Parts: sequence; structure tokens; C-alpha cells
Amino acid sequence: MAEENFDWMATANKKAKGKRPEYFDDPEDERMLSILMAVVGEVSVLRERMDTVERLLEAKGSINRADIESYTPDKQAAYERGAMIREYIYRVMRGPHQMVQELEQSEPPVEEVSRELKEI
Amino acid sequence: MSTTPTEQKLDVAPPYNAVARHGVSPEPSHDEVARFDFLANFNKFLSGALGPGNKLAYDRRVLPAFLKEHGREPQDRFEIRHAMNKDPFHKFWSALKRNSMEMRQQNGRSMVLRQIDELNARARQFNEGRDTLELNPEIDVPRYQSAVDIHCMPGSYHGEELPGDVSAGANYDCGIFATTAGGLGALSDGGGQALVEWIKKERPGWEPRRVLDIGTTVGHNIVPLALAFPNTEFIAIDTAAPILRYAHARAQSLGATNITFIQANAEDLSRWDDGTFDWVQTTMFLHETSGKALPRIIAEGYRVLADGGLMFHLEQPEYSDAMPLYEQFIRDWDAFNNNEPFWSSMHALDMKTVMVEAGFDRAELFESGVRAVVDTDIFPEAATGDDEDHGRAAYWHAYGAWKNSDQMQHAAE
Repeated sequence: MAEENFDWMATANKKAKGKRPEYFDDPEDERMLSILMAVVGEVSVLRERMDTVERLLEAKGSINRADIESYTPDKQAAYERGAMIREYIYRVMRGPHQMVQELEQSEPPVEEVSRELKEI
Repeated sequence: MSTTPTEQKLDVAPPYNAVARHGVSPEPSHDEVARFDFLANFNKFLSGALGPGNKLAYDRRVLPAFLKEHGREPQDRFEIRHAMNKDPFHKFWSALKRNSMEMRQQNGRSMVLRQIDELNARARQFNEGRDTLELNPEIDVPRYQSAVDIHCMPGSYHGEELPGDVSAGANYDCGIFATTAGGLGALSDGGGQALVEWIKKERPGWEPRRVLDIGTTVGHNIVPLALAFPNTEFIAIDTAAPILRYAHARAQSLGATNITFIQANAEDLSRWDDGTFDWVQTTMFLHETSGKALPRIIAEGYRVLADGGLMFHLEQPEYSDAMPLYEQFIRDWDAFNNNEPFWSSMHALDMKTVMVEAGFDRAELFESGVRAVVDTDIFPEAATGDDEDHGRAAYWHAYGAWKNSDQMQHAAE
């Protein structure tokens, strides 16, 4: 049996053995991104919960917490929720996604365009 | 009122609700399901929408700069990695991908550890008093399993939060859904289903007497085979007790009672006589061993394999000269960013030579491609195209051989 002081919330956060790679020049940026991504994930969780509440209310008129916990989407609802999560991810990931588009287009800096426009 | 254009079939991950439950599945709360739903779709985004940016960054920026600086092409995948690790796009993509893996571990562990007493109790009901689970505390965790926590799983396969606990197995089992975006099917057993389909086609009517599965982890790849061959005796080994407790309970609850799970190190199979098994196999395991262990495992596997028996290993493809260096580099990502330290070296090994050194005749060897078999009505089929998530996609190369099959045929003639 788990001891009364077994703190599953803290234990869930345990670090994996092995030096973590550093991706950014400032180590604090690593921590900031990990917080940000956790929040991005939790907003998605809230949206899904809201979707569950809305669908249940629509179907039943009144609900309780147990209804929410036991809700399972049918195939159509599952697809719509998947699309909802995808749309949300595309919205929050606009910056990195645009980095890909920038690489595809390899446009000149606006400074260069500005110089060009002076001449034409 | 939903405004989703339902006529348009978007590439979205199946919901975690669609995953099948078995006797030791953790029971997810609503929000725990939603966390995995987010991660599954986020991983699709990372490989599909953002992944191609890595090749663009390489072609447009990194390679030209490298050529300018060195006056030559990169010689190997390591030079590409060092150059790419300075590229702002690749850095950001890597940081996101690493975070996705860390979140998967945190999310899986928090779900499992919240109900750890319940899970341990359920596992005990399937395990206690059964002779199909043999744990041996004398088995050491090999260095290649203890040097780092593989897949960034805190505690790895052998970690125990409480005595006798199964949380490592439960966390591993539930999280495969998130990392593969459901690509391995309802029980994450698409690899095992693929083995069944492959052998039924390859050798119709064949029924092995005894099968050895090495590095079984939670047994997800061997249960489908055990169910397909109910009269066959299966031995599934692993060095980690926590994962075996879970694997045994999982298999029993799914009706696969013909598998004995044994805590053993495949480098030493001396408890089994020569020629004991008709089939010796691994599924995505060899890259988690080491340069010295892998040939020992193959050699021991050869020894315990009967004449006419099958050795079969599902792995990612090896890096040959035919594979472009960029491709080798991107396939290597997990080695350095997802704590799979032997991944890179293993895929540079010539598995055919290893198998010949173990005793096989080169003419006996064959290679085969094996794709995960999943219920495509709900779960997506593995991508093999441009947005393939290298190293995670459910498509494997198989290195196999039928031992002394030519000699046996000659003897029969």
C-alpha cells in the first residue's frame, strides 16, 4: 500500500536520468518553454472539457460531474474534437509554423524591399 | 453547435477513449484522456506540419554554410547534427519535440501514480500463485538499461515507486498511444498483429512448438501471437521485474495464458538447451542494448533455436551507404534527444554480419518490411512518406533467417 506520504503529484514530475539536451542559448528559456507548453496542453484540456459539457447539456439538459467523467464521444464527435484540437494547435503554433513557410519562400528582408521601393 | 467541416477529412488522431482496456489498464479521468488527445495531435503536428522545416533549414541554410566553411560536403550524420544543432528552426523544433516527450511521461505517470494502489492490487490478482510469472531478483539491470532512462521515462523499465509496483509498465503501456498518435492501434499491439499476419502468409499452417520473445516489455507484441497460436508455448523475457509484473497481468487478462514471463537477461540463455525454440524474436528491442550485448543476444538466440526454426527481429532500417546522410541524421534524433543512446550505433551495424557471426549461413538471411496492423476504421495507418516520424512510425524492417533450412531440405530429399 502507498504510504500516506506518497505524493503522486510530486513523483509524477520526477526527472529522467540522463543529462537533458540544451536547445537554447539561455538555459532559462528551456524552463520557460516547458512551462508554456504545459499551459498550452492544459488549455486544450479545458477546451475538451468544455466541449464535453456542451455536448452533454445539449443531449440531456442537465448533468453532473460523473456524466463528464464517463463521457465517451461517438465517432463523429471524436472526429470533431480532433479537428478542434488540431485547429487550436495550428493557432498557438503560428510562430513556429511560419518559420517553415519562411524557409519555403526565403524572402528578402523588408529593409532590402524598402531600398528597392525607393528606386521604383 | 459545431462548425467543423465534417465533409473534410482532416488528419486527426483518434481519441484516447478509443483505446481498448484490459485488466490492468489505468482508468483515465476525463482530463487525463484530454491530455493524451492533445499530445497525440501535437505529435502529428510536429512530424507533419513542422517536420519538413528541418529539411528546408538544412538545404537552404545549414548545408550552404557548411560548404562555405569546410569547402566540402558533410562526411557523416554527426557533422550534420552538429551543424543542425545551431540552426534556429531545428533548435526550436527539437525543443518542442523534447517537451512533448517529457509531457507524455508526466501525463502518463500522473495518471498511473494517482491510482497506484488500485493498479498494484489488480496486477496481484492476476499474478499471485500463477507459475507463468517467474521473477528473479538475482538478475542485474544491465548498464545499457541503467545508464540513462530510456525514452525519458523516469525510472525507466525497472523503476519502482513502491515495492512490488507495476507503474513502470502501466505508464509505458498507456503512453505509446500519445507518442505514436494512435498509430499502433487499440491495444498498441500493431507490431504483434503484424507478426501474426506475416507468419500466416509466409508459412501457412505452421505451428511452432515454443517461441522465445526477447525484451518483451509489457508483452504487447507477443500477446497477439500467443492468441493466434493457442497450442504453442511462449516464453517472454525481460530484465525488469516491474514491467514483467504488469506484462503478465496484462496478458492473463487478455486471455493469453500460454505465455510464461521470466526475468532473464538474453545475453545468457543457459537455462534453455540448444534447439529449444522454433521461433526466437525481438520487436524494437535491439537498439536498447549495447555493442557487446547485441551479438551475444543473437548468438544465444541462435543456439537455442531449433533447426528449421525462425529468427526474426523487427527494427528500424540500418543506415547503409544508400541512405542519404540527412536521412540518417534525422533518424538519429531519438538517440540524442530521447535517451536512446545505442540507437545511433545499432542502426549503423550490419545486422546481416552479426547474424552470420552467430552461425547463420548468409544465404539463409532475408529482409522483410512489416507494417503495423491496426483497425484502420478508428486508428490511422502508419505513414511512410515525408511526414514519417522517423523512429516512431509503425513500419519496420525485419531481419530474419530460417536456421539450417537448406540443410534440412537437402536431408529430406
